[in-house]
Order: sequence, then structure tokens, then C-alpha cells
Amino acid sequence: MEIEGLERIVREHPFFAGLEEGAGRLLVGCARNARFEAGQYLFHEGDAADELYLLRQGRVGLGITAPGRGALTFQTLGSGEVVGLSWLLPPYRWSYDAKALELTRAISLDAKCLRQKCDADHDLGYELMKRFMPVLVARLHATRLQMLDVYGTHG
Amino acid sequence: MRPPRPWRSAQRRTPCFRALRGPGFEAGQFNMLGIPGIGEVPISLSGDPADPARLLHTIRAVGPVSTALTRLACGERVALRGPFGTGWPLLEAAGKDVIAVAGGLGLAPLRPALHALRAARARLGRVIVLYGARSPQEILFRRELESWQRGVDFEVEITVDHALGDWHGHVGVVTRLIERAKLDPARALALTCGPEVMMRFAIAALRHAGLGEEQIFLSMERNMQCAVGLCGHCQFGPLLLCRDGPVLRLDRLGGLIGRKEI
Repeated sequence: MEIEGLERIVREHPFFAGLEEGAGRLLVGCARNARFEAGQYLFHEGDAADELYLLRQGRVGLGITAPGRGALTFQTLGSGEVVGLSWLLPPYRWSYDAKALELTRAISLDAKCLRQKCDADHDLGYELMKRFMPVLVARLHATRLQMLDVYGTHG
Repeated sequence: MRPPRPWRSAQRRTPCFRALRGPGFEAGQFNMLGIPGIGEVPISLSGDPADPARLLHTIRAVGPVSTALTRLACGERVALRGPFGTGWPLLEAAGKDVIAVAGGLGLAPLRPALHALRAARARLGRVIVLYGARSPQEILFRRELESWQRGVDFEVEITVDHALGDWHGHVGVVTRLIERAKLDPARALALTCGPEVMMRFAIAALRHAGLGEEQIFLSMERNMQCAVGLCGHCQFGPLLLCRDGPVLRLDRLGGLIGRKEI
């Protein structure tokens, strides 16, 4: 019953919209519900990237702590979005901190479990890749725009 | 064309400058402001069009004229011509959802439209205001935006490119807020103003959300000098932006935005 509920939650998340039933059943084996209070860290820079999060409610800030400058936030993510892409590629380490900015509910997916299932079932792996690639590309474009500093005074 | 005539500045508040009185204007139009002996620059009107007796300009000091304008003391004189150019399509907004996407100083030309939309709120669907700034310190009209956030007329989301830990709002580019706004493309009208690169990304996000070119309006900026379509300095393909713009429907640009060496 609990698994059925979780499968429904996973399949209703916008990131998995339109996911086939079989793939949903495979994914739910790696999933659990997670909850973070405001100020609680989902993970820290340098930690093993052994979980990723599909946000259902709340907001998460991604940042890096710089000596003398404190915590610098470079992106915030909210409901319907994915936190964590470093689990996809070795060395599977987070390169930034992720902190809940308010009460946050998420689906947590065990990255090792997910990687194993993708290795065993390439159709599932391809399906996931098709969903993660647009996220990666959109964030790359957004990062470029931030780097251009378009609101600054130029020339 | 109105002849050049002097105006007396009433007060100066960084980054705004007010004049005592002026002609009526349409949201989106601009004035030519000048300092004798230095020059003249186009500056958008950023006040409430329902209060035309007070002209409000938001000025960033980037060149000799704008720097001189921001250094004016109360009682000093400036030259003013205007208002010039086209305004935002506020009549077309009736019955529609309006999404205003502004970046940096681009909030200033949109602000008169937001005031007008607020006055006409009962005749509109959703009014979504998305604003991106470089940092929390550089958010324009911050108190006003925050009061709108607390109110019920507008859905306001503010994002900054970079922030320290004491900022609890969004961080990231303004175009990402478009994705989150969950627009109904069948009834949306988009107004966007900001750096051209930002507007190109905003247009891409609005198109991705299902809006057509006839639903997207933007405010374009070029080297406006005569402001009446004679000198040609602000030519943009077949358009003279001082006369045909600054506010244009995207399909009028004919794919020129983002094209090099027009």
C-alpha cells in the first residue's frame, strides 16, 4: 500500500510526467519520502552524491561557501524541480551545498540503486537520460546568462 | 513634435529624478533629457501615467549626460523633450493574463504599465510580474515590489543572479521564473524589458511556454538622438526605434532580434 502510494507520488512528479508504468515500478524501488526543515542541509559540498531529490514542496538553495564572503547562493530550486545531478557521473561527489530555505518535502532517490538499475536496463537508463539532459542543458544556459552579467554596466 | 523646453527638477532621489510637471504620457514612452553643454539622452518614463503632473525618470550613471543628470541638485535645470515613442499595449490586455518580465533597469520602463494594469485590475486575468536583478542590493523599487508581493493584485516573483546567505528569495536567471509561472498560452500577453540578451532568453522561454510572436511585446533600445524618426541613428532594420518603438510586438521585428550587423 505504501509502495503504491509512493509510486503514485513518483509518477505524478512533473519530472517523471508520462513515465511508463513499468519504469515507474522500477524507480519506486529506489525512492523514499524525505522532509527537511528550514535551514537543514540536504547535502554538503564534497559529500558522496548518493541521493538525488525531486522537490514536491518548499525551496532549496544551492551555494558554495567562500572564505571571507560566507555562503554564496547561485541558484534556488522549487517544487517540481530536481536537486542534484552529480550522481550521474564519477566521482559521484557534490560540488556545492544544498540547503532547505523553508520546509521542504521531496522524493529522495537512492543514486547507487538508480545507477545499478540503469546499467541493468538500458531502456530505463535512456529514459532517465532523456529527462536529465534537458535539466542539465537548461542549467548550463542559465549559468551562461548569469556569467554574462547582463544587468551590469558595460562599456 | 514638442519643442525643447526647460524643466526644473523638484527633487532627486537616487536613482530617480522628478520634474515638477509635464504633459501626459503613455506607459512605455521616453523623454529626451539634456544638460546644456553636455548632451541629451533618451530616458524612459517610470512614473504612474495616472499622475502625469509628476515626471519620474530612473537614471543610471553610465555616460557624461546620465552622470550629470544623477548629480543634479534640487532647483537645477534640465532640458526635456517628449514624450516620444510607442507605449505598452494596455488596451489589448483586457480579459487576458499579463506576464511582465523585467531585468535590471528594465523594470523602469515597465513600471508605468504595472501601475496602469493595477488600476485596471478588475478587467484582467492573472497579472504576473517577474523581475531579475544582479543582486538584492540592486533591486529597483524594492519596497513597491514587496508591497505588491504581499497584495492580491499581482503575482510577483523576484530573482537575483547572485546572493549572500541573508537573501531568502529566488536565485537564478529571470527566464527560469517563466517556466514556473505555468502560463495559459491561449490567454497570455507578455511584456518584457531589460538587456537585449535577457530579452532573447525571455522570448525563448515564452515561446517554449506556447506564446506566439503576436503575444509578446518588448521594449528595444538603440542610439536615439533626434527622437522623431529623422536622423536614423536608431535604425533597426526597417524600423526607427525612436518612432516605431521603443515598444514593439515581436512579429514586427521580423526575426531581427539577436541578428548581428543589421
